Amino acid sequence: MKSVIKTLSEKLRSGQITSVELTEKYIEAIKRVNPVINAYVHETFEEARRDAEYADRLIKEGKGTPLTGIPFTLKDNIATDGELTTCCSKILEGFRPYYDATVWKKLKEQGAVLLGKTNMDEFAMGSTSETSVYGAPLNPRNTARVTGGSSGGVAAAVCADIAAYGLGSDTGGSIRQPASFCGIVGFKPTYGAVSRYGLIAYGSSLDQIGPMTHSVTDAALVYDAIKGEDCADQTSAPVHMGPTALNGDVRGIKIGVVKEFFDGINPQIKGAIDAAIEQYKNAGAEVVEVSIPALKLALPVYYIIACAEASSNLGRYDGIRYGYRAANYSSVDDMITKTRTEGFGREVKKRIMLGTYVLSSGYFDAYYKKACLIRKRVESQLAECFEKCDVLFAPTAPVTAFPLGYSGGNALETYLSDVCTVPVNIAGLPAIALPCGKDKDGLPIGMQIIGKKFDDERVLDIAYFAEKSKLCELEDVEGGVRL
Amino acid sequence: MKYQLVSGLETHVELATATKIFCGCTTAFGGAPNTHCCPVCTGQPGALPILNKRVVEFAIRAGLATHCTINTTTHLDRKNYCYPDLPKAYQISQFDKPLCEHGYVELESGKRIGITRIHIEEDAGKLVHESGFTFIDYNRGGVPLIEIVSEPDISSPEEAREYVEKLQLIMRYIGVSDCKMQEGSMRCDVNISLMPVGSTKFGTRTEIKNMNSLSYIEKAMAYEYSRQAEILDNGGEVVQATMRYDEHTGETSVMRTKEDAQDYRYFLEPDILTVVIPEEKVEEIRASLPELPTDKLKRYVNELGINPANAQLLYKYKAVCDFVEKAISLGAGVKNTVNLTVGTLYSKLETEDDKERFNLPVTAEEMAKLVKLADEGKINITLAQKTLSKMAEEGKSVSAYISESDLAGVDEGELEGICKKAVESNPQAVADFKAGKEKAIFALYGFIKKATQGKADIKKADAILRQLIMK
Repeated sequence: MKSVIKTLSEKLRSGQITSVELTEKYIEAIKRVNPVINAYVHETFEEARRDAEYADRLIKEGKGTPLTGIPFTLKDNIATDGELTTCCSKILEGFRPYYDATVWKKLKEQGAVLLGKTNMDEFAMGSTSETSVYGAPLNPRNTARVTGGSSGGVAAAVCADIAAYGLGSDTGGSIRQPASFCGIVGFKPTYGAVSRYGLIAYGSSLDQIGPMTHSVTDAALVYDAIKGEDCADQTSAPVHMGPTALNGDVRGIKIGVVKEFFDGINPQIKGAIDAAIEQYKNAGAEVVEVSIPALKLALPVYYIIACAEASSNLGRYDGIRYGYRAANYSSVDDMITKTRTEGFGREVKKRIMLGTYVLSSGYFDAYYKKACLIRKRVESQLAECFEKCDVLFAPTAPVTAFPLGYSGGNALETYLSDVCTVPVNIAGLPAIALPCGKDKDGLPIGMQIIGKKFDDERVLDIAYFAEKSKLCELEDVEGGVRL
Repeated sequence: MKYQLVSGLETHVELATATKIFCGCTTAFGGAPNTHCCPVCTGQPGALPILNKRVVEFAIRAGLATHCTINTTTHLDRKNYCYPDLPKAYQISQFDKPLCEHGYVELESGKRIGITRIHIEEDAGKLVHESGFTFIDYNRGGVPLIEIVSEPDISSPEEAREYVEKLQLIMRYIGVSDCKMQEGSMRCDVNISLMPVGSTKFGTRTEIKNMNSLSYIEKAMAYEYSRQAEILDNGGEVVQATMRYDEHTGETSVMRTKEDAQDYRYFLEPDILTVVIPEEKVEEIRASLPELPTDKLKRYVNELGINPANAQLLYKYKAVCDFVEKAISLGAGVKNTVNLTVGTLYSKLETEDDKERFNLPVTAEEMAKLVKLADEGKINITLAQKTLSKMAEEGKSVSAYISESDLAGVDEGELEGICKKAVESNPQAVADFKAGKEKAIFALYGFIKKATQGKADIKKADAILRQLIMK
C-alpha cells in the first residue's frame, strides 16, 4: 500500500513542493483522466487553488497538519457551501448549499484542498454507482467493470490517483464495497464517531462518512481529522480525540470468522481471505469460529429500515425551496408530483415506495416494527461475538466488480451482494475494507475487518498489520499523479 | 335535553422559549419573512435537528402544573405528511410515548377535566395568501409547541370555555406561554359527539379544527351540538369528519372525512434517539414551580382573609400577586394593600395585558411604606389613594409626596378648634343631625377635611363633633 497522504505531507512540509504546485498537478491529471473514468461530476478548481494558497500559508507559519495542502475529493452528497451538491440526482440539479458539512469544515480549517465532488448512485441508493444522473464512473482497473457503489466516484478517483484521498458515505456498504472493487482502503467508522451534519440523509440510523485512501496509514490520518462529537449532530458521540496509534502487533488478537459470511461465497474470494487470515495467524493471531444465525435476516432488515428512513428523508424534495422544479403544472400538488416524477430516478422511486409501504398503517407491524426488533437481535448477537473475539474477518462482497450494465437486469442479485456489508451498518460497528488479492481476471478482492462499537482505532491498528506486512500489493493504475 | 354532549379538546400551546425546538433560531414574534430561519428549520438537505433542553423543561413544567406523571425516558417520532408549510415533509412530534400523561385541570365546580397526555412538537411555517399567490414564511417553522390532549370529560360549551381559561391561566402562571389565542400562541381542536342521556356508549365524533377564540369555541360547540342532534333526531348517523368553523355564518362545515384521513406513518425519529431526564431534574423543576392559581385563590381567601371578590380580581395576574405578597411580607397590612391595589392601581391598568405585565413604577417596597402609614393611622385612606395614584404616574418614592408635617397629623387642640368652626359654619347640618339625620354629620366631615387638607383623623373628629353638638 502506498501512503499517499503521508508521503505528500512530508514533501509539502519539507518544501520540496508547494500545495499550489501539487494542486495544479492533480487538476491537470483530472482533465486528462476524468473524461475516461467519469469519477468527478463537479469540479471545484477555483476553490482548490484558494485552498492551496491558504495551505501554503499554514505550512509556512508552521501550523500545518498531516492533511494540510493535500488535494482530495468529497462524494457529491456532502454539503459544500457555495459549491454544487446534487447527490447525482436531477432533483437537486443546480443546488448549492449555503452551509458546510461539519467534516468539510474540519478539513477546510486544516488547509485541505477540495478538487471537486465525485460520482455516486443517486441519493446513495445502489451498489454500482450506475444510477447516477451523470452516468456511471468506470473502474480504473478495468473500465468495462463497475466501480461499485454508492461511493464509486471517490473510489475511482483515489484508485486512479486523481485525488490523494476522498470522503465517502456508507449506509449498507457504500464505502467498503467500492473500495474493494477498486482495490483501495475504505473505512466506515462506528455510527456516531463522525458527524453526519451536512451529509444528505439516506438512512439516518445507518449512514456514516468515512475515508477512502490508498493505505491504512492514510485512512487513520483522515479519520483522526474528521472524528469527534459534534453539537450539530445529536447522534454523534464522544470519541478518543488524540491520534490513532498504529503498531500492527497482532499477537494474541482473536479473529472471529463468521460462518454465515462465507456461505456460498465465490471460492477465489474465500481463498484470498483465507490466505490473509493465515498471515495473521503466523504473526500470532488466533482464529475463532463463530456463527451469527440472525445474519440471515440482516439483508431484509436493512432494506426495510433503510427504505423506510429514506422515504421520509426524501419527502422534502418537492421543488418548493431548492433544486429542480417541474416546468408545467396546474396546482401545488401537481407541481410536487411532477417534480418528483421527473426529478427522481427509478431506483430512488422504488426505494421510496418500498419505504412508504413498510411504514404504512396495516403493514407497519409486519415489516418495519419487526425489522426493528430483528435489528436488535442482530446487534446483540454481534455483541456476543465480540465477547469471544476482538475483531471479525469477512469478505466485503461475494463477488468482484460486476460488468457495467449487469445489475440493471439483476436487481435482487445486486441487493443480495450487500450481504457482507449491511450487518455492520445495522449494528453501527466500525469496519475497514482492504485489498487482499486479485481474482483470475485481475480484479481486486477485498476483505473486511469489523470491530466492536467505538473500537475504531483498534480496527485500524489490526488492519495496519496488512499494510506493514505488505499482505497485498496491487500495481498502480496508469495516468494519475505520481508521488 | 335528549342528548348528552361529550367533548375533549386538543390544545396547542406555543412555548415561550427564546429559541426554536430543534435549532437556535429566535422564536420572537414578527420579523421580516424568512429571517428567523436556518438550514435546520427550513429542512435543507443534510441539516439535522438538535433538541432544545429548555423546551423539555417547559413541557415538564406544564405537566407538573397539571398533575401529570412525567415519562423520564421518552423519544420523538416523525409524523410524515406533505404540505408546503412543512419543509421536511414530516413534523417531529411524539406519538407513542408522550412526555407527560394522566393529569387533570380542576374547574370551579370541583369537576376535574382529565388530561390524557402532553407532548412536544414543532410548529409549521405560515402560508400567506396575497394577490393571487401563496407565500410561505418559515419564521414560525420549528417554534416549540406542546399539545395538551384532554379526556372526553367536557359536557358543555361553558365547561370547555372554563377549561381553556384555566389552562391559559396555569400556563401564564408558570411562565411557559403567554397563551394569546388571538396571536396564535394557543389554538384548540374541539372533538364533540352526542349520546342519548343515560347512555354509556359514545357517539361518533367530529373534530372542529384551529379554534382561536374562546367565544367561537362556545358558539361552534353549540352549533355542532344542534347539528348533530338534528341528524340523530331524524334517525340518521353522524359522519366522522374534520370540520372548520365559519365565524361569519356561525356554522361548521366539513373539511375532510375519515376516507381522506391521512396515514402519518409514524416512526422513531432516528436523528434524536432517546431522551432521558434525570429524576433530580424533574424534582428541581417541581420545586421551582410557583404556587398554582387555584391554590393561591384558596390561600388568599382562607388564610389571608382577603374578601373573595378582591381575591378573584387579584389571583389571575401573577405579577400583581407577586407585588401584593411582597408588600405584605414587608409588613404592609393585607386589607389596605389589597384595596389600594384593586382600587387605585387597577385604574391605571386597564387591559388584561396591562395587569399581566404590571408595568408600573411602584415597587413593593414603596407600596409597603405607604400602606404602613395608612395602617398606623398616620395618613388617612384618601391621602393614601391620592399619593399612590401619583406614585404610579410619576414613579417617585413615598417621601416625595408625604412630608413630616403631613404625618404630624392634626394635634388635639387644633382639631378641637376646627371642629368648633365646623359646627358654627354648618347650622343646618347640625340641626338635621340633632333631628335624627345621622348622615348630616358628613357635611361636617367635609368641612374638616377641607380645612385640614385631608389630614385630620375623622374618627377623632367625629367624637369631638358629637360632644360639641350634644352640648
